[in-house]
Amino acid sequence: MRKLSRLSRFNIASLALGLAFLYLPILILVIYSFNASRLVTVWGGWSLRWYHEFFGDRAMIEAAWMSFRVAVSSASIATLLGTLAAVALSRGEGFRGRTLFSGMLYAPLVMPEVITGLSLLLLFVALNAERGFWTVTIAHTTLTMCFVAVVVQSRLGSLDRSLEEAAMDLGCNPVRAFVAVTLPLIAPAIVAGWMLAFTLSLDDLVIASFTTGPGSATLPIRIYSEVRLGVKPEINAICTLVIGLIAGVIVIASLASKLSSSQAESAAPL
Amino acid sequence: MSSRRIFARPARFAAIAPYLWMVLFFLVPFGFVLKIGLSQTAIAQPPYEPVFDLTAGWEALKTAFAALSIDNFKLLASDDIYVFAYVRSLTVALTATALLLVIGYPIAYGMARLPKRWQAVAMVLVIVPFWTSFLIRIYAWINILQHDGLLNQILLALHLVSQPVVWLSTDTAMYIGIVYSYLPFMILPLYATLAKMEPVLEEAASDLGAPPLQVFWLVTFPLSLPGVGAGVLLCFIPIVGEFVIPDLLAGSNSLMIGQTLWLEFFTNKDWPVASAAAIVLLVVLLVPLLLYERLQKRQLEQGR
Repeated sequence: MRKLSRLSRFNIASLALGLAFLYLPILILVIYSFNASRLVTVWGGWSLRWYHEFFGDRAMIEAAWMSFRVAVSSASIATLLGTLAAVALSRGEGFRGRTLFSGMLYAPLVMPEVITGLSLLLLFVALNAERGFWTVTIAHTTLTMCFVAVVVQSRLGSLDRSLEEAAMDLGCNPVRAFVAVTLPLIAPAIVAGWMLAFTLSLDDLVIASFTTGPGSATLPIRIYSEVRLGVKPEINAICTLVIGLIAGVIVIASLASKLSSSQAESAAPL
Repeated sequence: MSSRRIFARPARFAAIAPYLWMVLFFLVPFGFVLKIGLSQTAIAQPPYEPVFDLTAGWEALKTAFAALSIDNFKLLASDDIYVFAYVRSLTVALTATALLLVIGYPIAYGMARLPKRWQAVAMVLVIVPFWTSFLIRIYAWINILQHDGLLNQILLALHLVSQPVVWLSTDTAMYIGIVYSYLPFMILPLYATLAKMEPVLEEAASDLGAPPLQVFWLVTFPLSLPGVGAGVLLCFIPIVGEFVIPDLLAGSNSLMIGQTLWLEFFTNKDWPVASAAAIVLLVVLLVPLLLYERLQKRQLEQGR
């Protein structure tokens, strides 16, 4: 039988160019963050100067700390709510208001951020809420729980439901069957959802700009106002640190999910 | 099965908390946007009138409704700045989505043809840049595209240009930024449908004598249309309302609607006009949004 060579030269070229396009700009940014020269474009040798500069910049550090706190709290609340939503949508069969529910969960995924940000701000103003940490956290939770819900729901959809049913036939009540059988199987998706929520929150500029109050800027807000004034080597250093943090989170989480999924697979041949 | 039905009952209760949350923080806020979009601008804090006061009873409610006005919408329709901004947003989004499709398709196709083991690696490689901050990725391009940036240095060194080219504050820079930021959103749904496709179909067509290009147009592309649809919607809708990329990379002489909304809100402090702009944007996006919702639902709830 003649087997077509599946990978043509065109395929390889487009893959290589595509990946280069995705990675080169980030690589250049990271390299230039170690540049000793004040001029961003002139290479002056390796140096950690701009990292020192960043750690001496109180306003930046405060913004970074604020962003980190918002990201951890909103990702945690969003993971809880998003997982509940995913369970209801994929296991709840039909219930009243289901269409509205799924509509509300899928819309924010593509909704332009200026709309989400503006509408939440108007709500907070109407409620007379003091703007700052909590309003940004609530806003980010609202956005990111939808991403968590989609990630977890697609995992639930690909699970073999007879496992839950078997547990119940063996005498588990539904809650117990969920905790003992379903939850371990969807754990990797929940972890992935948390990570996604964390990075989305750490990343967000537009919604945070609308919902934060005076004196509590997040890191992207600070970076944005600096970038508008032009390129500064210090920003390269901050960006490299953020990339490093996110890379670390991805590595840890993928190790964790590998561990739990290999356990889950030995329990459930999928 | 009965155990499935028994399982469904507590699962439904799981909806309560996220349901209430989304109603309060997603649905209700749109009511406020609508209300403030219909009110008058005022120099006050917060800068709009009338204030909706439910405690004041029915009479107050009636006067409040009487004070609602469509002036902001009339302004949006009559002022060229806004009309141009909407037209520009749609053109930019259409052009960028077309570029994304043309650039993303070959990459997704290449991924789908890799050996199975390498496909997973390639997918991770495409997703990872999406995890690094959006703002950082735009900033990386400012580094490269600025007057004495890397791109101009390379072009000068290769004697392709005799003087530095102005890249920043141009539409070219903006399109580069948009394509760069949204590429994973286009590649992943395309890859998902292409990877599921039976290679036998393409082989059969080529065994029957179709040249490669014809195989692609008659077999591969039509079968990948669901992925194309998902990718296009996933990119088009947010790009229409994009703010950061045009703000940092494009010139300031023609604005997109996300930028005018931002300007009205933060610079002019005209909340009612900003709200009205948001409503018009939402109406413009209603059809693509509904299409996207249907697609998402079908993908998550029926097929795998």
